[in-house]
Amino acid sequence: MSTPIPPLPRWADLFLLPVINLMAALFICGLIVLAIGENPIEALGVMLKGAFVYSGGLGYTLYYTTNFVFTGLAVATAFHAMLFNIGGEGQAYLGGLGAALVAFAMGWAPSIIALPLAIAGAALLGACWGVIPGYLQARRGSHIVITTIMFNFIAASIMVWLLTGPMLEPGQQSPQSAPLPASSHLPAMHEIFAAIGIKISSTPFNASFLLALLALVLFWVLIWRTRLGYAIRAVGQNPEAAHYAGINVPRTIIITMAISGGFAGLLATNEILGVSDRIILNYTAGYGFTGIAVALMGRNHPIGIFLASLLFGALYQGGAELDFEFQSITREMVLLIQGMIILFSGALAYMFNPPLARLIARLTVSRRAAAHG
Amino acid sequence: MADFIYQLLLTFDATLRIATPLIFCAMAGIFAERSGVIDISLEGKLLSGAFVAAAVAALTGSAWLGLGCAILASVAMSLIHGFACITHKGNQVISGVAINILASGLTVVIGITLFRRGGQTPTLPREARFKPVEWVGVDTLDAVPILGVIYRQLISGHNVLVYLTLLAVPLTAFIIYRTRFGLRLRAVGEVPEAVDSAGVSVTWLRYRALMIGGVLCGIGGAYLSVAQGGNFVRDMSAGKGYIALAAVIFGNWKPLAAFLACLMFGFLEAATSRLQGVDLPLIGEVPTQLMLALPYVLTVLLLAGFIGRPSPPAAIGQPYHK
Repeated sequence: MSTPIPPLPRWADLFLLPVINLMAALFICGLIVLAIGENPIEALGVMLKGAFVYSGGLGYTLYYTTNFVFTGLAVATAFHAMLFNIGGEGQAYLGGLGAALVAFAMGWAPSIIALPLAIAGAALLGACWGVIPGYLQARRGSHIVITTIMFNFIAASIMVWLLTGPMLEPGQQSPQSAPLPASSHLPAMHEIFAAIGIKISSTPFNASFLLALLALVLFWVLIWRTRLGYAIRAVGQNPEAAHYAGINVPRTIIITMAISGGFAGLLATNEILGVSDRIILNYTAGYGFTGIAVALMGRNHPIGIFLASLLFGALYQGGAELDFEFQSITREMVLLIQGMIILFSGALAYMFNPPLARLIARLTVSRRAAAHG
Repeated sequence: MADFIYQLLLTFDATLRIATPLIFCAMAGIFAERSGVIDISLEGKLLSGAFVAAAVAALTGSAWLGLGCAILASVAMSLIHGFACITHKGNQVISGVAINILASGLTVVIGITLFRRGGQTPTLPREARFKPVEWVGVDTLDAVPILGVIYRQLISGHNVLVYLTLLAVPLTAFIIYRTRFGLRLRAVGEVPEAVDSAGVSVTWLRYRALMIGGVLCGIGGAYLSVAQGGNFVRDMSAGKGYIALAAVIFGNWKPLAAFLACLMFGFLEAATSRLQGVDLPLIGEVPTQLMLALPYVLTVLLLAGFIGRPSPPAAIGQPYHK
C-alpha cells in the first residue's frame, strides 16, 4: 500500500487546488488551440481585451456574469444538500414564462408594483420546476439527476409549444412572445448611470446585476446563518445523522430544490426583464449548464461563485471577440474551456490533491528542519 | 384501408430509422450502468461519433473508414469518462456532463478548422454514405398483397447499420446474461466487493464496459451523419443520448426491454411527425411539440413509481474504494 496522503492545508485546498485545476483546464485548451494552428497566448489576449478593455466589453462581461451568478447559485444550493440539480436550464426557461405571465397580467400597474411581482413570478415558476424533481426524489425515490434532465426536455417542449402556438406574437414568424409591457422593464445600467450624470457605453448590463449581488448575500446568510441552511448542509453531509438529529430530510430536500429552482428562475430577470423584454425560443442558451461549472469552480461559496461567474462572463464576452479576430477559433472555444473546467474542477477535482499534499508536506518539513538545524 | 396500412407501414419504417441510434446508445448505456457507472455521456459520445464519421468520410470518401474512426473517437470519450470516474473516483454525473459539453464544443471547433462551414461538414457524395440494402426478391414478392409491401418497406431497404443495431440487442443480451464476462459485469454493478474478493479487477471490468459502450455509441453516431443524414450538423445528436438513457431506465436496465422502449420512443416521434397539423376527431389539432415530450414524461412517471418499480443496479454511481 502507498503511504497515507498528508492532509492538504486549508489555504491550499481553498485557493491553490482550484487554481491548479483551472490552469490544467486552460492548458489543455491551449494545446487544442495550438493543434488547430493558432497561438493560444494571442487568443487569450484577444479574449481578455474583448472582455475588459474594449468599449462596452466590461458591460457585456458583467451582463453574462449576472446569468452565471443565478445559475451557479442554483446548482450550489442543491450541492449543499448533496443533490445534483442538472435542471437549471429548464428551471430558468420556465422562470422566463413566470416573469412574462406576471408582466402581462400586471401591464396596468406602475413599475413599482409590476416589477417586483414579475421578478417573483420568475423565481416562483423556476421554483416549481425544481420542486417537482425534489418531491419525486424525497418522497418517491426517483433519482434527481435523471428527473432534472427529463424536466429540461419537458420544459423545452412546453416552451416550443407555447412560443409557436398560444404565445406566439401575432404576425411573427420566429418563435417569440409579444413584447412585455414597459412597466416590467428592468432599467439598463447605462440608463441608471445617465440619470445621475455619468456616461457609460450602452450594453445589456442592467439592474438585475444588483439583484444577483443581493442573491449572493442571501445565499450566504441562508446556508451559513439560518436553521434551514444548517439542515440543508446536515442532509448533504449525512442524511441519516440529520434524520436522527430531528431534521425532516425529505422536507429539506424539497425546500432545497425549490430554492435552487428559484435561483435559476431569476435568470429571467436579466435575460427577459432586463434585455429582450419578451420570451425568445431557447433564450437560456446553456447558461443553466454553465452554472454547474460555476458552482464547481466556486466551491459552492458565494465569493467563489461570484469570481467563477466573472471568469465565465469574461470567457463568454471574450469568446465572442474570437469570432472577429481569428479564422479558426470561434466562441465555441468557450464551450471547450467550460467542459474542461467541469472535468478538472469537478470530476477530476482531487487528481492533483495527493501529489500537491505530498509536495507541501515535504516543503514544510524541510523548512522546519532548516529552522531547527 | 390499404392506404391506412401503407401509412402505418411508413410510420413503422420511420420508427425503425429513428430508433436505430437510440438502440445503439441504450445498449451502450446498459453496459456502462450494469457495471455500476452512470453514463450521462452517451449524448457526447454519440455526437463525437457523428462528427468524426462525417469528417473522415468527407476527407477520405469512405463511409467504413468514417465508421471506424467514429468508434475510436467515441471510445476515447469513454476512456476520459473512465479515467475521471473509475481511476480518479470522480463524480460520474459531473464527468458525464463535462464530456457532453466538451463534445459539443470540440466537434464545432475542429469542424470549423477542417471545413470552415460554421461547424458543419460538407455534404457527402452518395458513395461515401451507407446506402440502403435491397433484399433479394423484393420485386417478386411485390405481387403478394400485404406481405410484399411489408417486405419492401419494413424489412428491406435499410442501410447496414440499421440491421447491425437489430443484431446488437440479442448480442448485448447474450453477453450480459450468458457469458462469464457478463456475469462479472452484472456482479460489479451490484456488489463490487464480491467481484474484487474473487480476484477480478473492478477497474478493468468497468473500463471494458465503458469501452464497449464507446464502440456502440460510435456506431450510433456514424449512423446519424453518414447513413441517416449526409453530413454533420452542430449538436445533431439533439438529446438522443438522453432519450436512450431514458429508454435504459424504462427498460429496467434489461436489453430487450430497453430495445422495446427505444422502439416506443421512436414510434412516438415518427407518429408525431406524421400527425403534424392533422385534425383528429375529438382532440382537434395535435400539439405535436408536446407529444415530443412524452418519452421524458413517461420516464419521470416510471421513475416515480407510478408505472412499475425501477430496479437500478445496486452499486450504480458509487466509485469503488478498495
